[in-house]
Amino acid sequence: MTNTQVPYYQNDLFASMAHIEQLIDYILHLADTTLVLGHRNSEWTGHGPALEQDIAISNIALDLLGQARNFYQLAAELINEPPKAHPFTMPYKRLVTEDDLAYLRDAFDFKNYLITELPKGDWAFTILRQFYFSNWQYYFYLALKNSSNTLLAAIAEKSLKETTYHLKWSSEWVIRLGDGTHESQQRMLNAVNDLQYFFGELFEPAVYEITLIADHICVDLTALKPLWLEKTATILDEATLPFVEPTWWQSGGKKGLHTEHLGFLLAEMQFLQRAYPNSIW
Amino acid sequence: MTDNNYDTLQDKHPLRTINEQKVWDLIAGVNDPEVPVLSVVDLGIVRKVECSNATGNSLGQQLVTITITPTYSGCPAMDVIAMTIRFTLLQAGYKNIEIKTVLSPAWTTDWMSYAGKQKLKAYGIAPPNSAASINDPSPFSQQQPVQCPRCNSLNTQQVSQFGSTACKALYQCQDCQEPFDYFKCH
Repeated sequence: MTNTQVPYYQNDLFASMAHIEQLIDYILHLADTTLVLGHRNSEWTGHGPALEQDIAISNIALDLLGQARNFYQLAAELINEPPKAHPFTMPYKRLVTEDDLAYLRDAFDFKNYLITELPKGDWAFTILRQFYFSNWQYYFYLALKNSSNTLLAAIAEKSLKETTYHLKWSSEWVIRLGDGTHESQQRMLNAVNDLQYFFGELFEPAVYEITLIADHICVDLTALKPLWLEKTATILDEATLPFVEPTWWQSGGKKGLHTEHLGFLLAEMQFLQRAYPNSIW
Repeated sequence: MTDNNYDTLQDKHPLRTINEQKVWDLIAGVNDPEVPVLSVVDLGIVRKVECSNATGNSLGQQLVTITITPTYSGCPAMDVIAMTIRFTLLQAGYKNIEIKTVLSPAWTTDWMSYAGKQKLKAYGIAPPNSAASINDPSPFSQQQPVQCPRCNSLNTQQVSQFGSTACKALYQCQDCQEPFDYFKCH
C-alpha cells in the first residue's frame, strides 16, 4: 500500500458532519471487516483446490483489500481533520495514513465481524463463509448506496459491482458442494454447523451505529436480516443443506472483543511494519 | 449513457478548449500496465481534464486537473497509472498537475471506446459485452454469449468467472479450442 495520490475526499464536506467520532468508528469497522476477510482469503493463494478457484478466491481477496483501502483512506482523512476527533494519533503530529490504520492498530482496536477472522478452514468452510458474507455485503451495499454521506455512498456504489460477482460465485459453489459428492456434502454440513453462531452478529448494530442511523448515514442492519435469511434459505435448500437460525450467537467483534484467531492474523500481517517501522517495498 | 460520456472520447469535442485537447492527446499515449494495448483514455478511466490558465498561457503556468476513476477497488494498476499520467505531463512541460480520483459514478465497461474494443480483440482478449447483464447475482444464471477473439465463434464456454487480473474472466472456444481471456462486464 502506498499513498502517492492526491487525497480525493473533499474536506469541506466534513465540516458539517455531526457525530464525527462515531462515523470514524463506523468506517473503521467496515475497513477492518473487509481487510480481515481479504487477508483470510489471500491465505488460499497458491493453495486453492484447483488453479481457476485459487485465482477466483485471490481475486475476491484483492477486491476486498481494495474496498478496505477506500474505507481506510476515508477514515484517515477524517482523523486528520482538525480538531482531532479520534484517539488514534501518530507521534510528532504526523498525519495518519491508511497504512497506519491497517498496520499499527492492535486486536482490541479492530472492529471487524468475528466471522471474518475465523481461520480459513477447509474449502467448504471458506466457501460457506464467503457466501454468508457476500450475501450480507450485497444487501448492505445496496442500502449504503443511499447513505446521506455521499463519500460512503460512492464507495458502496463502486463495491456493489464487485460483490455481485462474489455472491454469484459463492452461491454456485455452495450448491455445487452441498449437492455434490458424499464427502463434499459432509464437509458443507460441518461448515453449516461451525458457522451457525457467527452470522447473527452481521445484523447487530454497535453503539456507534445507533446514533448514525437517525441521520441516515449508516445502514439499518435489522432491515437487512429478512432479505439475507430468505436468500440463504433458498441457496442452502438448492444445495440440499439444512438451515436453522439459532436463537443465540457470538458477538463482540464490532466493539473490539475478538476470538483468539485475530491476534495471530495481525501478528503475521503487521510484523514487517512493526519490526521495521516506516519500511516500504 | 450519462452526459459526461463525451469526456472520455479521445476525438476532438467542440466543448473542449485547445489547452484541454492538448492534454487529452498527451494522456492518450499512457497505456494500462496490465493490458498494454489499451490507453487510459480507451479504457474510459479518465473522466475529466480541466486547464486553468489564470496566471498565463505557457504550459508551466497552467494548472491541469485530471480526474480518473478506478476500474476495480483493488486494481493495483491505479497508482501506476496516476504516476505515469503525471510523468507524461511533466515531460511535456506542465508543472502544476493535480490528479483526482473519484468513485462515483462507478466505472463501467460501457465507457470503453470502440477503438479500444477493437484493439483488445486484436490482442486476443474478447472485449466486454454490454454491461446491462451484470446486476444479477443469482447462481448459474444465463450469460450473454462471448465471441471467440480468434475464430469469432459464439460457441464458447466460461471456465472461470475470475481471471489473471481483476477485470478478466477465463473462457474457452468450443469450436477452435482456443482458451482466451474475456474482459468481463462491469
